[in-house]
Amino acid sequence: MQNTQKIFISGATSAIAQAFARRYATQQACFYLLARDETKLEAIKQDLLARGASEVSTCCSDLGAAQDYTTLVDTAITALGHIDIAVIAQGVMFEQADAEQDNSLSRKMYEVNTLSAIEIANALGNHYKQRNSGALLMVSSVAGDRGRQSNYIYGSTKAALSVFTDGLRHRLAATNATIVTVKPGFVDTPMTSHYDKGPLWAQPEKIAEDMEKAIRKRKGTLYTPWFWRYIMLIIQHIPEFIFKRLSL
Amino acid sequence: MKFHAAYQSWGRYFHYQHDIESPAWRQDTQFLEQTEPLLPYGLGRSYGDSCLNNNGTLISTEHLNRFIAFDGERGVLRCEAGVTLADILSVIVPRGWFIPVTPGTKYVTIAGAIANDVHGKNHNHVGTFGCHITQLELLRSSGERLICSCDENPELFAATIGGLGLTGFISWAEIQLIPIENAFIQEESIQFANLDECINLFEQSAADNQYTVAWIDCLASGTQLGRGIFTRGNHCTSHSAEKNHTLRKLRSVPFTFPPGCLNKLSVSVFNNLYFRKLGGRSKSSRIDYDHFFYPLDALLNWNRLYGPKGFIQYQCVLIDNAVDAMKELLTLIAKSGQPSPLNVLKEFGDIQSPGLLSFPRKGLTLALDFPNRGEATLKLCNELDVIVKNAGGALYPAKDSRMTAEMFALGYPQLDTFIPHIDPKFSSSFWRRVQPPAV
Repeated sequence: MQNTQKIFISGATSAIAQAFARRYATQQACFYLLARDETKLEAIKQDLLARGASEVSTCCSDLGAAQDYTTLVDTAITALGHIDIAVIAQGVMFEQADAEQDNSLSRKMYEVNTLSAIEIANALGNHYKQRNSGALLMVSSVAGDRGRQSNYIYGSTKAALSVFTDGLRHRLAATNATIVTVKPGFVDTPMTSHYDKGPLWAQPEKIAEDMEKAIRKRKGTLYTPWFWRYIMLIIQHIPEFIFKRLSL
Repeated sequence: MKFHAAYQSWGRYFHYQHDIESPAWRQDTQFLEQTEPLLPYGLGRSYGDSCLNNNGTLISTEHLNRFIAFDGERGVLRCEAGVTLADILSVIVPRGWFIPVTPGTKYVTIAGAIANDVHGKNHNHVGTFGCHITQLELLRSSGERLICSCDENPELFAATIGGLGLTGFISWAEIQLIPIENAFIQEESIQFANLDECINLFEQSAADNQYTVAWIDCLASGTQLGRGIFTRGNHCTSHSAEKNHTLRKLRSVPFTFPPGCLNKLSVSVFNNLYFRKLGGRSKSSRIDYDHFFYPLDALLNWNRLYGPKGFIQYQCVLIDNAVDAMKELLTLIAKSGQPSPLNVLKEFGDIQSPGLLSFPRKGLTLALDFPNRGEATLKLCNELDVIVKNAGGALYPAKDSRMTAEMFALGYPQLDTFIPHIDPKFSSSFWRRVQPPAV
């Protein structure tokens, strides 16, 4: 673990990605960060370098746009030499009610949350298969475990990611690669700043800590914090005739 | 506009309503368009209402938690407003640096430490936190960003150090750190029988010890008046010691205790046990910095012990005939029977802070916390005020929930110089309570 880790992060400006990167910065890791906003990327680069990162490269790219993600990942691999750990963390969440009326919002969520993530993960999967090692953390969501009226469009973009990641893990099961489907519950981030926070809410630092542990323990699916596994187990098993009456 | 449990002050005495803005990046300045009064909010570790803004907006710095630059050769760190001392320590200690001045908790933000110009157990050697801030950026409601330091915009810098968040929004700050060789402190604790012994210990220890502090049993009276435990320490210098320590397990007070748990009896039992904790007259040990500086941080949410009505902190500094005034203060407290378990006495030196509203000044300081028992508690505080006034002293805004405008003006003679630097869009509940009537 003490060798310099080579870390690739897409959606690097997300709060979970930042918290995760900080944990490795103090261990002198090398980073390749991908995100849309140059100013924000620069702020994160400075943060990681000040905390001890050996090297931070950044790449500005709109993850909602159709583009050649294979080449993009290849560039990152060339810059880092190889990739030990990859985190795919990009995500947008529009209000469900707005997305129901405006297809462009639904499409945007699919483009950012799902399509770019899957294309990046395909390229990483091939890299790991060739190297016979590497860790991939796909930031999905508990929202993808069952469609609920309050959030099913966003949830469905994450459901696709979860199934995709489970499949990739299956494909690479014979290698030493670790493919983790990360399913955070409610996380206190700028994306959710307009919600009232209750006891179920977790800080991004907690999610990042669990993600690091998941790599070490080679977990398949990570519910974080842990109690979401049981909350979602119950929600998934509520019979449809009762579920229909709930306002979830 | 409503009450947010997550945005209170540490004393849990006030239940105010706020709108919350939490900018995610330094360039986010939408909050300046709010029409209500603004106040920056860090971790809410001020005890009273200096971090509250009833019916106004709090600008939470929780997401502004990035480092900007760290010069590992010179020990200069620049970071965003909401970076906590805990976060700073976790990065700098393994690299051989420490914060020059630290309060009794590491769960404060760097901007909060500046806005309250906090002090530590080494004031007589190094002054306040603000003495070590090399520069900062202040975002004014006009949208202007001003670099402030002793050389650049020095008046605004002086107003912002200890300026209680009223001069604008500190977006980042830069601090000069001190070198250390490892994460440990050589500590010595000594029991003392009364206040005179305590003062002697401060005098004897000042030259050879970087850190000195005393805990006082406030329920002891008569010949035992002012008895307690004196602690002194220095950073360990042995090169062989580990650079870092294993993090301790944190516990949390899971819920608010019922009212009255901290009463005269329970506090008296606690004080008696604590007074005898050394198992002798003195004890010397080598402990990590967490245990030395932040014993209370091991118990998260300890403020819940004080019950649903919260508690009132009272921290004063006494200047003229400080020892006699302190005796008078302690006699009054012991007689009142108001139980205060965590009483800390420290000696301030004469190093001047750049801050106009800085609290520390040469003299003796005592911090007390009383469970809120309504009128009885407030009456005692008013009586203590008289002694503080007569000793030419002052009360600490970061701890205060009840001082009068008169008391504030008496303690802060540079108030008139400060007022013109207040940002017209910024205010706080504390400020509206204590500002001079003419403003």
